[in-house]
Amino acid sequence: MIPLASTDYDAIRLSLQVSVAATLLSLPFGFAFAYLITFVRFRGKVVLEVLVNLPLTLPPVVVGYFLLLLLGKHGWLGSLLNDAGIRIIFTLKAAVIASAVVGFPLLVRSLRIGMEGIDPQLLNASRTLGARWHDTMLTVILPLSLPGLIAGSSLMFARSLGEFGATIIVAGNIPGVTQTIPLAIYEYASSPASETMALSLCLVSVAISVTVLFIHEVTAKKLARRG
Amino acid sequence: MQLVMKTEKSFGAFALSTDFSASGERIGIFGVSGSGKSTLVSMLAGLVEPDCGEIILDGETLFSSSRGVNLRPERRRIAMVFQQHCLFPHLSVKSNLLYGFKRCPVQYRTIDFDALVTVLKLEELLTRGVTNLSGGEKQRVALGRAIMANPRLLLMDEPLSALDDNLRFQIIPYLKSVSEHFRIPYLFISHSLLEMRLMTDTSLVFEQGRMVAQTSSEELARSRMGQNQAGYINLLQLGRPSPVNGLSAYPWGDSRLLLSADSGRDNSLAELSSKEIILFKQHPEAISARNLLECRVKGLFSSGRKIGVELDCSGNGLIAEVVQDAVDELGITPGSTIYAAIKASAFRILPG
Repeated sequence: MIPLASTDYDAIRLSLQVSVAATLLSLPFGFAFAYLITFVRFRGKVVLEVLVNLPLTLPPVVVGYFLLLLLGKHGWLGSLLNDAGIRIIFTLKAAVIASAVVGFPLLVRSLRIGMEGIDPQLLNASRTLGARWHDTMLTVILPLSLPGLIAGSSLMFARSLGEFGATIIVAGNIPGVTQTIPLAIYEYASSPASETMALSLCLVSVAISVTVLFIHEVTAKKLARRG
Repeated sequence: MQLVMKTEKSFGAFALSTDFSASGERIGIFGVSGSGKSTLVSMLAGLVEPDCGEIILDGETLFSSSRGVNLRPERRRIAMVFQQHCLFPHLSVKSNLLYGFKRCPVQYRTIDFDALVTVLKLEELLTRGVTNLSGGEKQRVALGRAIMANPRLLLMDEPLSALDDNLRFQIIPYLKSVSEHFRIPYLFISHSLLEMRLMTDTSLVFEQGRMVAQTSSEELARSRMGQNQAGYINLLQLGRPSPVNGLSAYPWGDSRLLLSADSGRDNSLAELSSKEIILFKQHPEAISARNLLECRVKGLFSSGRKIGVELDCSGNGLIAEVVQDAVDELGITPGSTIYAAIKASAFRILPG
């Protein structure tokens, strides 16, 4: 195995940064959306569900293109941010947003499965014992959703590690700035002389994924035992 | 406790209509499955909103569609014990017990935690998680949790239905003693006539979403005798048994009864169906049943196609069940003397 180049270490660092940031950024939103879909009755719920799940079925490149339209210099949101001096496109922020959007449905789905497993009578019990809805959410729903939250976070983290299509469109492939592991592998694979370098990064990618999934399994088992 | 409930609620084809005023400390809601009992309880607790009407508890309006009042469940101070224990699986027994207490406004906190733990015998369980408790332990913790919330009314929604017969009779004394000890009035919901008699004084009877009777629980059991497969269940308070010729002799008031089973306890409760009592006009010469009691007829009542005969057996009361032809043949009239024969195996000692 050929030792990793300095740009490879940058790619590993950036991948981890993007995955952690995307997961942490999505957690509160994912929890809120899963809560809304599971426990709140309102009109247009189906539309919300479709919108949340859309990035799961759309090609990531399409998601990236829509993000480009939204966040680009002349985009609806991008122009406003640009006026405020904030640039998103072709920065690490864009890579985080791309990963967050693409992985979001996986997080919401896992959280939903976790929340749907909670006996609604527990929520009723909590209310009759004097807890307001937000109290019930924090003291009953959140702790009982932990397995779903951990599963969703792991999936989202793993998905972010592998994110390519949307990232290359909105964040580009700039070594040391936005080049994550998949983008670096893509660059190596595009040049015939660098196949072994690509393999090294692939192995790193596998190692990170295995570690994340291992932690996920162990934590899920611990929680199941506790429950 | 004074409860006024005049509400309407529809779920598709099912409609529940309540219009009653009830007062007392031990009120029962009786009805078969699908009669609307649970909906009524949910409306009272604030978990289901009535379509219209009003609910007034001890002078305070909990719900009024005309005045736009709908107190949230957490502000009603009505705690519930559910069919399933509904304990929080991520919390310990102690944390479960204190969940409602911590959320109860300070001015209402009167229940002493240690006293409750003692009454419910939960000392050994406090640090344990709730998932590994037995069914009876779980229901005791659920009861304790509801009481610790210092409610002004306790709703017990068929709290015994998920328990087997043994556990059911082990939990009943706790249900009774805890509400008496801490003076919390309760509404007890059940489809069991026996539970109604053991737990409540007054019963509101619901059928197909409507209240059809408001009566004492004893009267309810008598009125349902004819249509109940088990008849009327006599409850007999028995003393410590002593062995007699392969049977057990139990003191029963001033009399003595022979039973097949030996409780081994100083006090036990036995049930005896009204169907198990055979009446004789005169003392029979010989009989295989081991209990033959001379009784005075206190009264008669009809229930469906059956006649209930209220007997006074040396100060102890019994209800026997016969048909009208038997009443005529035996010449049963209030004040007459009659003999009741009961087999030793007809009694069932309730688990204590």
